[in-house]
This record gives sequence, structure tokens and C-alpha cells, in this order.
Amino acid sequence: MTSDRRDFLLTAGKLLLVTGPAAAFLEAAESGKEMEPKYRMADHYWGMIIDIKKCIGCGNCVRADKSENNVPLEPFYFRTWVERYHIEGGWSEHPDVDSPNGGYDGFPEKYPAGDGAKSFFVPKLCNQCAHSPCTQVCPVGATFETPDGAVLVDKSYCLGCRYCIQACPYGCRYIHPASETVDKCNLCYHRITKGLTTACCEACPTGARQLVDLKDPKDPVHEFLRTHTVQVLKPHMATGSKMYYANLDGTVR
Amino acid sequence: MKKFFKDKEHLVRMAALFAGGIALFVIARAVLVPKGFGLYGHYRAGALADNMAKPLVHAGRAACGECHTDKKDELSKGKHAGIGCEACHGALARHAADPSEVKPAKPEPKTLCLRCHTTNVAKPAKFPQIDPKTHMDGADCHGCHASHAPDKEPKP
Repeated sequence: MTSDRRDFLLTAGKLLLVTGPAAAFLEAAESGKEMEPKYRMADHYWGMIIDIKKCIGCGNCVRADKSENNVPLEPFYFRTWVERYHIEGGWSEHPDVDSPNGGYDGFPEKYPAGDGAKSFFVPKLCNQCAHSPCTQVCPVGATFETPDGAVLVDKSYCLGCRYCIQACPYGCRYIHPASETVDKCNLCYHRITKGLTTACCEACPTGARQLVDLKDPKDPVHEFLRTHTVQVLKPHMATGSKMYYANLDGTVR
Repeated sequence: MKKFFKDKEHLVRMAALFAGGIALFVIARAVLVPKGFGLYGHYRAGALADNMAKPLVHAGRAACGECHTDKKDELSKGKHAGIGCEACHGALARHAADPSEVKPAKPEPKTLCLRCHTTNVAKPAKFPQIDPKTHMDGADCHGCHASHAPDKEPKP
């Protein structure tokens, strides 16, 4: 094949024109791939902030959770529940606590208005501990802390030995009567990995609970933790709980 | 030298026994330990996918807003702006997936209003509460309050 200088320059020029669009096309194709909703565990670390001053005890979280996660309706199976504290004199070693059906039907008024007692609601759920006592006692590795900060149960691997139920200091686990394996709040792992919030947070009308991503620098949790008095439940047990309660009273167990 | 190896048969048998034992252990381990065990820690890595695989029951307020833009606007202008749709309307992922086939039941207004707004000493003092027996003689809430924006009067 013979070619003179003119042919060569023409071909080179054409190629030069093509490279621009080609590069743009490749870039678009590549970025399109990245835009796919793919969940990366390393980018997240989940927790929750719970503001006691906002909880109205409506029980929406309990109902939403039971329907989302197929929790039996009997009044002793809960992944999340609400407790009502009533403390006469403002402080007590043994506060009056009740939780009729876990708060599923709300809280019928039980105390007279203006009796001077301190009264408030405390929503409870699995604390998604970073150093969970429950995962440490599992003999087969059926419950564990994920790298993104959730404590999950491997249903196909659980023996139903109930060690973890005894180990959990917060009483967050139960044996599901259908599968005879342990069940607990998994922070709606099927939802949060799809970019949705948990069922309880979705249903909470006052924003008393908010799912937070501690690894997301734009998450309002950082501002919240800086500007509020925050406590975890049973801090003396050093469980590394990631349920941050704002305005929590010291009588709460 | 020959004397040293005179009982080598014993050594060979012992070695064969050990090799057999190790092989048995390796095979048993490969069969019994599930796939992905130990990838992230002392658990089966596939359990994460199992937990993710559960179907949605609540669609989430963003999904509702895609079709019901009018209600979304109405809600955003009133006192109920922060409330998710499914807080009152119930779990509706099935409706969101197939809007023509699955129709949600219309919520009963009075039950819903009173669930949150009935007086209770444990409720935060600032939260708007009413005694259903005395407040407007138990009249229908929607006579005065629009459900999506309760600080506004309902549209006639």
C-alpha cells in the first residue's frame, strides 16, 4: 500500500476528530456504571438518634415494624416497643414502667393530669452494639456485627439455643415461633441497603427516631450529637450501643 | 544403617494414618463449612444478602410522592409536613408496585387523629393534645381541620 504525506495527514486528522467523542462516550459509559445503585458496605456505619422529648407514644413504630418484619402479633414478640415511665418525686430507683402490648395500641391514659410526677415515653429496639454481648456468646456464628454497623442474624445457621437472648442486656431478642430461630431488629437491613429509612423511622410522625449514617459527613447526626445532651442505654456495660438517646432521664434502664 | 531402618514399616503405616486423618479433616471441613464463612468475620457472608433479600412492605414517602404530587404539596405546606404518608395510610409497598391492582383502604380519620392527639400526661407538653370528650363535643375532626394540613381549614 502506497501513501503520500497528504493521505497520512488526512487520516491522522480524521482520527484526531474521532478521539474527542470517543473519550466522552467511554466516560459516559463508565459513569453510567457507577451510577447504578450499588450498596457499598465500607461507605456506611449505621446508628439511630432517638429524641425522648419528641416521642408521643402513638405506637406507629411498633405497628410499622411488626408489619414490615412479620413479627407475630402476640403481645410478647417485639423487635421494637415503647415504654412509659412515670416517676413520682422526679427520681426513683424503681420507676413505674409500663408498656401495654409494647405500645402497639397506644397508651391509654392511666395517670391523673397534674399529679406532679415526671412522665415520658422511651422507644426501645436493638441497640446495634459495636461490641455486642449477644454476638460474643453465639456458639455457631449465627449472629454477628456487620462492617456497616448492623447486628444481624443468620436464620439458616441459628440453632435456637437462646444463649443470645440471655446475653442481650436490653432484652431485644426473641425466638420466632414459626422458624424456632432467634429474631431481632436488623435495622431493616433490606431497606437501608436500598437507600430507604427503616420502617419505624418511616412511620414515626414526630421524627423522634431518625436513622443515621455515621460515616456520611453530610448526615445531620454530627450536628445533632454536638448540640444535644446524648446518652446510650446502660453505658456501664460498654456495649458500644449506637442508639443515641437525646434528653434521656437517668432513671431509664 | 540397615539396622536403623529395620522397622520402617511401622513409620510408613503411621505416616499413612496421619495423612489419611488430615485428608479426612480437610474434606470434612470443605463439606461442612458453608461458602463465604469467615470472609468478613466468624459468620457466613451470604447471611448479609439473605437479610437484604426480604421484600419491602413500606414503600417510603418518596415513592408515594412520585404519583400523588398534589397530596405531597398539600402536606408540605401544613403542620403535618414532616410526617411520612405511611404513618397514617399504613404500609403500601404493594400498592406502589402495582397501583391499579392493589388499592389502599381509606383511613378512618377520627381513630387516626386521636391516636396521636389524645391527651396523655406522658406526652411532651408542647405537643398539641385534646380531650376527645370535651373538644368540640366530639365533633368530626375534618369539620375544622384538613387532614394533610391540620392548621388549615378543609377545602369544601
